[in-house]
Amino acid sequence: MSEQKKSPAEQEKIGVYVCHCGSNIAGTIDVQEVAEWIEGNPNVVVSRNYEFMCSSTGQELIENDIKEKGLTRIVVASCSPHMHEKTFREATERGGLNPFLYEMANIREHGSWATNDKQAATIKAKALVNAAVERVVHHAPLEKIPVEINPKTLIVGGGIAGITAALELAEAGHHVYLVEREGTIGGHMAQIDKTFPTLDCSACILTPKMVDVGQNDNITLLSYSEVESVDGYIGNFNITVRKKARCVIDELCTSCGICEEKCPIKVVDEDYGAGITYRKAIYRSFPQAVPGFPVLDKENCTYFQTGKCKVCEKVCPTEAIDYEQEDEWIKFDVGNIILATGYDLFDARKIPQYGYGRLANVFSSLEFERMVNASGPTGGHIVLRDGETEPEKIAIVHCVGSRDQNYNEYCSKVCCMYSLKFAHLVHEHLPGAEVYNYYIDMRTPGKGYEEFYHRLLNEGTHFIRGRVAEITDADRQPGEEGKLIVQAENTLLGLQQRNAVDMVILSAGMEARHDADEVSKLFKMGCDYDGFFNERHPKLAPVATMTDGVFIAGTCQGPKDIPETVAQGGAAASQVAKLINQGTVMMEPVRASIREDECSGCRICNNLCPYNAIEFDEEKEVSRVITALCQGCGTCVAACPSGVIDGAHFTNTQVLAELEGILWDVQSDVTAKQEVL
Amino acid sequence: MNDQYEPVLVGFLCNWCSYRAADLAGTARIKYAPNLRPIRVMCSGRVDPEFVLQALRSGADGVLIAGCHPGECHYVNGNIKALRRFSLLKNTLDQWGIEPERVQLLWASASEGTVLAAAVDRMTEEVRALGPLRWSEKVLGEKAAVQAAVEEV
Repeated sequence: MSEQKKSPAEQEKIGVYVCHCGSNIAGTIDVQEVAEWIEGNPNVVVSRNYEFMCSSTGQELIENDIKEKGLTRIVVASCSPHMHEKTFREATERGGLNPFLYEMANIREHGSWATNDKQAATIKAKALVNAAVERVVHHAPLEKIPVEINPKTLIVGGGIAGITAALELAEAGHHVYLVEREGTIGGHMAQIDKTFPTLDCSACILTPKMVDVGQNDNITLLSYSEVESVDGYIGNFNITVRKKARCVIDELCTSCGICEEKCPIKVVDEDYGAGITYRKAIYRSFPQAVPGFPVLDKENCTYFQTGKCKVCEKVCPTEAIDYEQEDEWIKFDVGNIILATGYDLFDARKIPQYGYGRLANVFSSLEFERMVNASGPTGGHIVLRDGETEPEKIAIVHCVGSRDQNYNEYCSKVCCMYSLKFAHLVHEHLPGAEVYNYYIDMRTPGKGYEEFYHRLLNEGTHFIRGRVAEITDADRQPGEEGKLIVQAENTLLGLQQRNAVDMVILSAGMEARHDADEVSKLFKMGCDYDGFFNERHPKLAPVATMTDGVFIAGTCQGPKDIPETVAQGGAAASQVAKLINQGTVMMEPVRASIREDECSGCRICNNLCPYNAIEFDEEKEVSRVITALCQGCGTCVAACPSGVIDGAHFTNTQVLAELEGILWDVQSDVTAKQEVL
Repeated sequence: MNDQYEPVLVGFLCNWCSYRAADLAGTARIKYAPNLRPIRVMCSGRVDPEFVLQALRSGADGVLIAGCHPGECHYVNGNIKALRRFSLLKNTLDQWGIEPERVQLLWASASEGTVLAAAVDRMTEEVRALGPLRWSEKVLGEKAAVQAAVEEV
């Protein structure tokens, strides 16, 4: 690539097209003046202004001018390159020019829309157009880089989003590695009793899918495993997964469950059981777990703590217990990655005035979910913490940790609906009980959701509009003794009310996973302000990320219910399937290259590269860019003390020419002085 | 336009965060000072300090370098490299007597159109208060030389 300035003899023939965008640009910027003014540039042969450059007639203008007037460079002054760069590159190509001999001036988003000052906007537009003209002279024809797509896919997270995506891809004939941190797939959905608004049994609709995952030959299920490292780029990711030692040999275990039955140690199940049930030291979270192999919890196992016991080993009929088992590191390559890592439930202990963890009969939503489940500790009976008393009055508090400036400002989207479901389940299980739902706004957008709300209104649930201020056991009035008093303003009546109830359920919201930030760095994509993974576009690319080949699905992207989560799992799978079917993708040729004969071998660039894409040739004592690994950030270009690294399409010459061009009006002053000197 | 002095600022905006933040500011029709002239780079880590100096030499009154927030860089940590270079550059500029307000570093994510717009407004006012840079006179002390040259001619 030439770093020399073009001599006047090598003049380019540039066509400039200034777009009106209806009145979006022309309403603020004098497009005609800009177009006429730029015609004065010695390299500009044609300069037009047109109402809609992105229309087919607008694009034909470019194509025809290239053919008829022999243009060698194209500049379009219109919207952001993120909007229409592709459109005009293609038009340039159709006209017969290399698409990279085109440059865009963003006079809409950065120009007409950003100010009302017409004169200033026109000056800025001239600067941007002139910068593009000065820059495009130095453009070089480039070819996109073809990258082959490995048809295998990594899916991280075995909740309903990951399960859906895995099955969609596997059934389409593509191999999937499904990595799950826990001993079994299923995720939060496996903990839920019923799903709103249809009241389907959650396990009944989920477990067949889990079984499908376990039986599908196209799915390699790595449970009790975590992704340790991710290298590479779209089409060619190198993955390392740590398969944690579960002390059970997969190949020998028949999932008979005898070890679990005979294990003498009982442990509170904090994960699946929400802290209200017990499990053994060797356990499966639930009987339908997939895979069915148990996990040995070393911290609570008597053998690991005292060196004695080994009951599980003695009772195992297939000798599948292996106390010496060690963590295993598995390496494999994939072409695409789907992250479906789910959410954390808001910890209601963070709101001390609600008394969770301090007042016995304040329950978290997950605790209630487990309690009301037929497979839960009480067999589905709703009872107080004493394990026997049936509550007569129950308060359900919405928006716990959501829509609250002190915790999370966003709406968690599912809590209104699951609170309604709780109210319904109480009516069903305890027909005489009174239920009070404290809500801020009732949010029921979804198919059949509003109807479900009306059903609850008819079932006799009391709806009180107001945020609960406090839940206390300090009785002040007769009848409050031994009860929980819910203090809230009923904003529809404008009254402060005390309500003595037996049980309170806190409907906690969804939060980003506590380690979402680390995970996002591992996969080189970003998190938003609330910690959820950032999508490429909030409307048009909700499951893609800024990193090519990395997709997101489900609640790791933001709070959502099961239907939406499933839809995103399917959407992510179809995005991946599209890439697999394409076989190759064309990558932007924005890559660095080193002029080896001029390289001094100082190695400054070697350690700067975040992708280890620069290798050092010991023999020749020069550095070299591995093009396949380079992502084109250009930090090595900026750092090279000899200036011998070229960042294609962002060369020093191009950027400096753009800079000179953008300062056209203040430049004259400087050059005048230089001439005098 | 009235007689108020309008500083000219050059912005080096990274493709993934701050350029998109400026796009978003426009799409949301946030009105801010038209004094910033943006140049797109793939990453704030691409900004060679030489670009900044060249901008000032070529007549810009100030330069804004904007990138993704630390930890959110599209290229892992290019913004941290930008920060390191910026810190070194600031030392040099300081020794030349160039006020710190003239060269600023900003983190603005793709969703922070308001942050970018507010920063441009603030920086425009700060540089307006400082007045034109006049590189050759102020920095190189060439005013006398220019005058001498003019007289000679």
